Amino acid sequence: MEELTNVVDWSRAQFALTAIYHWLFVPLTLGLGIIIAVMETIYYRTKSEKWLATTKFWMTIFGVNFAIGVATGIILEFEFGTNWSNYSWFVGDIFGAPLAVEGILAFFMESTFIAVMFFGWKKVGPKFHLASTWLTAIGASLSALWILVANAWMQYPAGCEFNPATMRNEMTSFAAVALSPMAMSKFFHTVLSAWTLGGAFVCGVCGWMLLKKRNYDHCQRSLKVGAWVGVIGIVLTMVTGDTSAVTVAKYQPMKLAAMEGLYKGDHGQSIVAFGILKPGKQPFDDQDPYLFDISIPYGLSFLATHDFKAFVPGIEDIINGKSYDNEGNEVNTISYVERMERGKQLQEMLAQYDQASRNTNKAVTDSLKAVINADFKHFGYGYLDKPEEAVPNVPLTFYTFHFMVTVGGYLLLFLLLALLFAYKPQIVDKAKWNKWWYILAIITVPLTYLCSASGWIVAEVGRQPWTIQDLMPNKVAISDLSAGYVQTTFWIFAVVFTALLIADIGIICKQISKKSQTDLNIDNDKN
Amino acid sequence: MTTYNLLQNYWWLIMSVLGALLVFLLMVQGGQSMLVHYTKADKRALLINSMGRKWELTFTTLVTFGGAFFASFPLFYSTSFGGAYWLWMLILFSFVIQAISYEYRSKPGNIYGARFYDTLLLINGIVGPVLLGVAVATMFFGAEFTVTKNNILNVQTSAISQWGPHHGLEAIVCWKNLLFGVMVFFLARTLASLYFINNINDDEVDKSQRHLLLVNAGVFVPLFIAVVVVILTSAGVAYDDSGNAQWVAYKYLKNFLAMWWALIILLMGVVMVLFGIGKTLMKADYRQGIWPAGIGTVLVVMTLFWVMGYNNTAYLPSLLDTQSSLTLRNSSSSEFTLTVMSVVSILVPFVLAYIAYCWYKMDRRKLTTDELDHTDHKY
Repeated sequence: MEELTNVVDWSRAQFALTAIYHWLFVPLTLGLGIIIAVMETIYYRTKSEKWLATTKFWMTIFGVNFAIGVATGIILEFEFGTNWSNYSWFVGDIFGAPLAVEGILAFFMESTFIAVMFFGWKKVGPKFHLASTWLTAIGASLSALWILVANAWMQYPAGCEFNPATMRNEMTSFAAVALSPMAMSKFFHTVLSAWTLGGAFVCGVCGWMLLKKRNYDHCQRSLKVGAWVGVIGIVLTMVTGDTSAVTVAKYQPMKLAAMEGLYKGDHGQSIVAFGILKPGKQPFDDQDPYLFDISIPYGLSFLATHDFKAFVPGIEDIINGKSYDNEGNEVNTISYVERMERGKQLQEMLAQYDQASRNTNKAVTDSLKAVINADFKHFGYGYLDKPEEAVPNVPLTFYTFHFMVTVGGYLLLFLLLALLFAYKPQIVDKAKWNKWWYILAIITVPLTYLCSASGWIVAEVGRQPWTIQDLMPNKVAISDLSAGYVQTTFWIFAVVFTALLIADIGIICKQISKKSQTDLNIDNDKN
Repeated sequence: MTTYNLLQNYWWLIMSVLGALLVFLLMVQGGQSMLVHYTKADKRALLINSMGRKWELTFTTLVTFGGAFFASFPLFYSTSFGGAYWLWMLILFSFVIQAISYEYRSKPGNIYGARFYDTLLLINGIVGPVLLGVAVATMFFGAEFTVTKNNILNVQTSAISQWGPHHGLEAIVCWKNLLFGVMVFFLARTLASLYFINNINDDEVDKSQRHLLLVNAGVFVPLFIAVVVVILTSAGVAYDDSGNAQWVAYKYLKNFLAMWWALIILLMGVVMVLFGIGKTLMKADYRQGIWPAGIGTVLVVMTLFWVMGYNNTAYLPSLLDTQSSLTLRNSSSSEFTLTVMSVVSILVPFVLAYIAYCWYKMDRRKLTTDELDHTDHKY
């Protein structure tokens, strides 16, 4: 059992490591892709060489960042097979399709047109080149769409049915998979947050260049586009964040409860604006979950349901199967204990089905199949030993969620100011505090990255222990490997990715520093 | 044949096309392995920039090949990737280090220096083709695994696919697999020479590549013949309509004889490869050899996939339990998923068309040192 636990933990650690490194680079690709496409569009329309220089400046950074995003991405796709082989069979019929579509429709678009974007300036016409830059950005977003559809399906397994004959889930509706509310909110929230990160990155780099008194003119051009994309990004990220919260409340109430550190729910539930959790708090220990909290009355009810009076269940309510509608009637009365019993019964029935199908006893298999399918939503609970296993890491989910929301609010303010200063630069130019504004812009870059990573931690830690929500816990999803093997590859990945990250940062910093001193149409009047 | 069976066969056809294109595009890796032959910086730059504009196509084809396998034959994805862990991990590592090397090697601030990244390209250039060849060879010669789907009902032994204790290392040291891998490596080098001759306008590179073509093709052709002989004399696993599997002597030879059209296409492919190599070697001004040799390679690899999976043949035989062998029938996605994916596959010709059009526009003028001296983005 200890070996199994180790393999599960190391497999999770390896996937988390790869995903975290991958997500360091992907949002900048998505955000900067749009920004350089807009810049090149302005160049195409104005024929201004200054805009061409600005476009190429950001394109170089895009290229360096893109390469390492690709490198970390390939591992993620294949890790589903190498480390999560049971998962690959159990849901491969559904999960594989978005990955294949991603390859066929998005990756080829990206890889073909990015080459034209970088090498085609003198080989294709301006219109073709501009189209290639847009198609590179669109290809990146399409890629995000399909992988997020796949991820969303793991959190809300829609459009499928379990087939006991093949011991796996099989797709019944591609539309239900691709267009599920979870997939749509996840796609827009994620991609738009990447626009925010791209905008903040541009502002931060320009802040550094302005602090060094370099390329004022180039920075103003960059800031106009970067701040616009950032503002649009953050506003729409907030809107889609609201949609995401409603979706999570509906399909993953345990995650929402963990996000808020909510153990006992209520009608008109308040939301914690700021709080410190009590260390060691466990479900049903009757302790106050917070050492300190500042809450907004009715906030969580409104966030989760758009109804100030609605009941929002806490962790203990969900374990006990308690929830209430607006009239106060109890609904969703299946407790985790009962779900575990049903899950274990399903496993026994599946074993009987397997035996009956070997004996070609169709009458038995047909009747068992009907029962299994009717109750299958409880299947994964059969693998749990106690209800508390289905509770995610509350402190990590709580703090990352609140960090994300707080920094998100700050980013709205920051990007609005950046937009104002981009159009009214004289406000900053003449101010004594302009140096601090530039420093703030620089600090905002790592903050935005942390905010973005926090969003993913909330999404992924908050759904533990499930690989597939309610159907497959992590411990059943893994490959037949020893913990030592996975530990070895984990450390190899850790070393390789860290070395690559150091090189990536080194190159980007050098590119910014070197290019900022050379060929970007320095406006001497301003320097 | 049922609609479901037709869809399974159709998706094996798609996999054969993707696999064949991947083998063709391994010419990028073949080219990387040739960097050791060039010491002059300007010549190395020509080679690296010529390959650097294509590496993502190879990479993308590998990723799409994996994704399409996942979507169409998930039990292979689950069994081979999770089982032959070290084999696939080594392949992945080699491609990870490739992905950044082009972009980073000549950029200031890259910390480790251009030589370091060139070494990574060399490693990928050797390890990538050899081990991908080994992985494909296991699909002919078998692997040590069992599949027990109801294992999933027991959390203690929940892995449905159980592999031998060495998890893929044993596949690398199997001589048949290794022979296949080395053959793929020399094919990649041969195609790389033909590609450089076509893509780079430089007399010195042209001359040296024609010499390297002679050497590499001289090794590749006997290796290819040896691999074909080994495959045709090997036993394979056949299955009947009820799914019962058994080993059959000369299965792949019998498949070629049963599928005579595959044999004709194989021979056509072989002739095209030899024509591309031969004419390039014999005519000093002939630069188009990559096209017949490339198309020939695609045809040959496709036919190998066909005899591997069609005609009731297990495409991944189990050396431990014959009944666990993977076939198109027992490892595929459901009929619904294959149907959905088939609709998506209608877009493949459009994808191929825009790739071809873009590269036609990009490669009209051959790469020269002068172009590299006047370009913003170079490797």
